[in-house]
Amino acid sequence: MHLLSEFWHGLIGALPWAWAHYGYMRLALLAVLLAAPLFALIGTQVVGLRLVFFSDTLGHAALAGLGIGVVARLAEPWWAMLVWAIVIALLMTWVQRRSRAAADTVLGVFMAFSVALGIMLLSRSGQSNRLVTYLIGDVLGITGPGLAGLAIVLLVAIALSWRWFNALALTGLNASLAGSRGVRVAWVQTGFALLVAVAVTMVIPWIGLLLINAFLVLPAAAARLLARDTRQYLACATILALTAGIGGLISSFYWDTPTGATIVLWAAAFYAFAFIMHPHRASQSQSAVTET
Amino acid sequence: MVASPETIPVAESPHPPCGACLTHVRNLGVRLSGQTVLEDLSFDLRCGEITALVGPNGAGKTTLLRALLGEVPFSGSCHFHGGPGHPTRRRLVIGYVPQRLGFDRAAPLTVADLFALTSGGQPAYLGLTEAARTAACASLAEVDAAHLLNRRLGDLSGGELQRVLLALSLSPSPDMLLLDEPQQGLDAAGLTRFYELVARLRGRFDMAVVLVSHDLAAVARIADRVFFLDRRLLASGPPAEVLNKIKPM
Repeated sequence: MHLLSEFWHGLIGALPWAWAHYGYMRLALLAVLLAAPLFALIGTQVVGLRLVFFSDTLGHAALAGLGIGVVARLAEPWWAMLVWAIVIALLMTWVQRRSRAAADTVLGVFMAFSVALGIMLLSRSGQSNRLVTYLIGDVLGITGPGLAGLAIVLLVAIALSWRWFNALALTGLNASLAGSRGVRVAWVQTGFALLVAVAVTMVIPWIGLLLINAFLVLPAAAARLLARDTRQYLACATILALTAGIGGLISSFYWDTPTGATIVLWAAAFYAFAFIMHPHRASQSQSAVTET
Repeated sequence: MVASPETIPVAESPHPPCGACLTHVRNLGVRLSGQTVLEDLSFDLRCGEITALVGPNGAGKTTLLRALLGEVPFSGSCHFHGGPGHPTRRRLVIGYVPQRLGFDRAAPLTVADLFALTSGGQPAYLGLTEAARTAACASLAEVDAAHLLNRRLGDLSGGELQRVLLALSLSPSPDMLLLDEPQQGLDAAGLTRFYELVARLRGRFDMAVVLVSHDLAAVARIADRVFFLDRRLLASGPPAEVLNKIKPM
């Protein structure tokens, strides 16, 4: 591990630019290189399955986890955020399956509850200042254990996608069709909800819970406008997430702006570009085509 | 009830119906959220026959398909008996053509992707394997749609999409084909063409076809038997006979 670290610092440190001379920038770059493909892989499915509000709710639910962690006096309240995100993901999946209320209503209730609980607990414990750290995030503060965590989640997500990608996408198209093909729909949906919960919570300290969903969703949403098949969709989302991540990180260094917000602005610019480049897709979507 | 794809060869050559493969359904009942949706249904489905399910809205037609798919729990029994020429399989293989797919027209999803998703092989983002591509082309050729393999789903007409979904349901070769209101998104000419296709496939594949429809006239033309359903099986038999019976209702 030490050799790897030395190699990475040596490799990037040899670059001629000013940002590459700072150790924290080199580590942040590695974090972006791990988080971008992870979020592209998960984000494409989130957008395809229309789970954008679901993942946004998970991001905001982290507030309650943080509050609980602080009140319980945990040395690292992040663990409480992780457990809370997992519990909320399971609860939301369960309630959505059993409730006849619209999905966005159920999610709205969970988001409101988590945000309110988080603010109340943090303010009661007199630690509202912890709030800002997690709201905005700081990828420049990432260290070895944070990077190792990201790498593990990325590897797990790739391994799971090998088995679950098709099942999940088919479930999004038609649950009965997926079931007729031997897919265990409830398991696949629950498993993916857990993966989103873990991945989002993993990245929140570095991007911030306000913008985490934007980083998850924007590259995939832009790629959806540019790609014509599944392979291009994932490849394009990965390239856009990596470019937004690296571009945002380096430009935040020169502009002296918060890195998470700068990355998300890059991703939003890519979405605007994709939207302008391919407006015909939007008009196609409104045309009802019948038998020829 | 549901076949696991790995137990079945991907590209099977179809053979005509033997007439001896039977699905026995006895005393089937479904209760959902404390309400009886279906009760005491008993019937047989035979390979080579097209059975149409008709009935008013809320009669339980789609629920019956979901019960046959194993998606909703039911009381009673449902057993499949393969005929003498039937390949040895542990479980019944069901092909299912849904009413609609949940995708928007801008979705980056091609017909080839759809086959990759159901091929039971590598993830669709790696594309179709050569074997899966051959099988997909063979299935699409059965419904005169081989040229659609690389088209985006959003660019297909309603009729083309229905044919693609039909082709998808033929791989692996099913013992039973369930069609849930395939008339959605089709005009009259498109529907006639689709039903002719189903009738042709019925003669080529060793399978029973179950078709949910509101279109009684079309059903009368292609079905061998009609089940009139309203929570219970109120009438069954040849189309003319059943349609005469239900007219006064």
